[in-house]
Amino acid sequence: MSLFKDIKALLLGFWTTGKHIFLRPLTIEYPEQKRTPFPRYRARIVLTRDPDGGERCVACYLCSAVCPAGCISMQAAGQADGRRYAAWFRINFSRCIFCGFCAEACPTMAIQMTPDYEICNRKIMELVYEKEELLIDGCGKEPEYNFYRHSGIGIVNPRGGNVDEEPPVDVRRLVP
Amino acid sequence: MRFTTIDILLLLVKLLLIYAVVLTGAAYLVFAERKILAWMQDRKGPNRVGPFGLLQPLADLIKMLTKEDLLPVAADKWLYLLAPAMASIPAIMTFAVIPFGAPFTLFGQTVTMQVSDLNIGMLFFMALSSIAVYGVALGGWASNSKYALLGSIRGLAQLISYELSMGLSLVPVVMLSRSFRLSEIVNAQADLPFIVFQPLAFAIFFISIVAECKRVPFDLPEAEGELVAGFHTEYSGMRFGLFFVGEYINIIVLGGLATTFFLGGWHGPLLPPPVWFAVKVLAFAFVFIWIRGTLPRLRYDQLMHFGWKVLTPLALLNIVVTGWWLILNK
Repeated sequence: MSLFKDIKALLLGFWTTGKHIFLRPLTIEYPEQKRTPFPRYRARIVLTRDPDGGERCVACYLCSAVCPAGCISMQAAGQADGRRYAAWFRINFSRCIFCGFCAEACPTMAIQMTPDYEICNRKIMELVYEKEELLIDGCGKEPEYNFYRHSGIGIVNPRGGNVDEEPPVDVRRLVP
Repeated sequence: MRFTTIDILLLLVKLLLIYAVVLTGAAYLVFAERKILAWMQDRKGPNRVGPFGLLQPLADLIKMLTKEDLLPVAADKWLYLLAPAMASIPAIMTFAVIPFGAPFTLFGQTVTMQVSDLNIGMLFFMALSSIAVYGVALGGWASNSKYALLGSIRGLAQLISYELSMGLSLVPVVMLSRSFRLSEIVNAQADLPFIVFQPLAFAIFFISIVAECKRVPFDLPEAEGELVAGFHTEYSGMRFGLFFVGEYINIIVLGGLATTFFLGGWHGPLLPPPVWFAVKVLAFAFVFIWIRGTLPRLRYDQLMHFGWKVLTPLALLNIVVTGWWLILNK
């Protein structure tokens, strides 16, 4: 009979909620207990350096272009040897949505996400991070990668004789 | 009846006691509800203010009192200002007729643990619960807001519908105890509470008082998913607080009435009578909270269907059967 079925369903509901009174809450009480985020957690953005200690950022504006919130801005400049760098680099964390597109777009692995999520601030202007605050002394998640040893070889060294590099192919001699 | 000084003093003491206990109880019921609901949802609930969050009601009160008391431009000013009081005063007035302990002798006088032992106590309660409808109706009307008006229309229809089944479910109690006086109803249950004889009437009464409190699953007047906050949408500050605390006073009072009518009031073994009364009322409050944590809201037509086509006929049938039973056992 459907009435008994309904009553049984009701009582089952009460049993479930009653049971949960005695179960351990799932709450993590934040300021006292902090959960450890996963290594790939997307929070505060940093600018990393290559293994030689030079700035990885080549000021290509890709991060700035891909940013949905439009919170990254910079000014490109060039060194005498042809290396590009950002004269200034600014991320407005009060607008950042931590989507990680900038880190994905970065061709030199310069801009990276870190798991440090505690960056809130009452003074909103202090959430605008300049290059000095963004730049870290380390390689972040890519400890070996150096842009100028791979894709950017032609800029700092002549092509042909570098590590892991084969001499340029003469396309006219490749015919079978 | 002549009042002596001692009578008046005793009355004042009882009034103050009831005010203090019921209002504090209502405030802590809010806290208990937040805690228990949180536990049911695997959360911890308020635990920041004081030990275990026990000072939370005080913090809420300070917050309510210091908030701005908004008056909508288009509102009917006097009704708008009056409505919260009309919702909460009848609730606490009902407590005047509830006996919460055994009478005892003090200074050679019999002191009843009841403010006023009216000979029509039950009718007094029915009348006041009807008056409490005005708080909802006028609050929603005077706000001059669509949501509030819809909420108060629903509230009116719901409260009137369920008052009927509530009143009818109490008739067998009167038939069994042969009195409208609440102290006599309690005394008639000295051996066995009426819930044993009248489980159906108890069930109907209980469902009706849940609807009278406008609580889940009958919270259509304030359905927050549909009507923002229903009849008290426009209220802020302590006026909202009055509506809010009125709801919890209502829980205590209606729990106390259910205790009085069906669970034998303050009667009980071992423990002192007021403690028994408190235990039973708190058990009711807990079940109210449990229901809120479990059941979803009814649809409006289901609510009306249930009230008029299920509860009311059942209550009428119950009266007839009780009458028969009383005649056969005379």
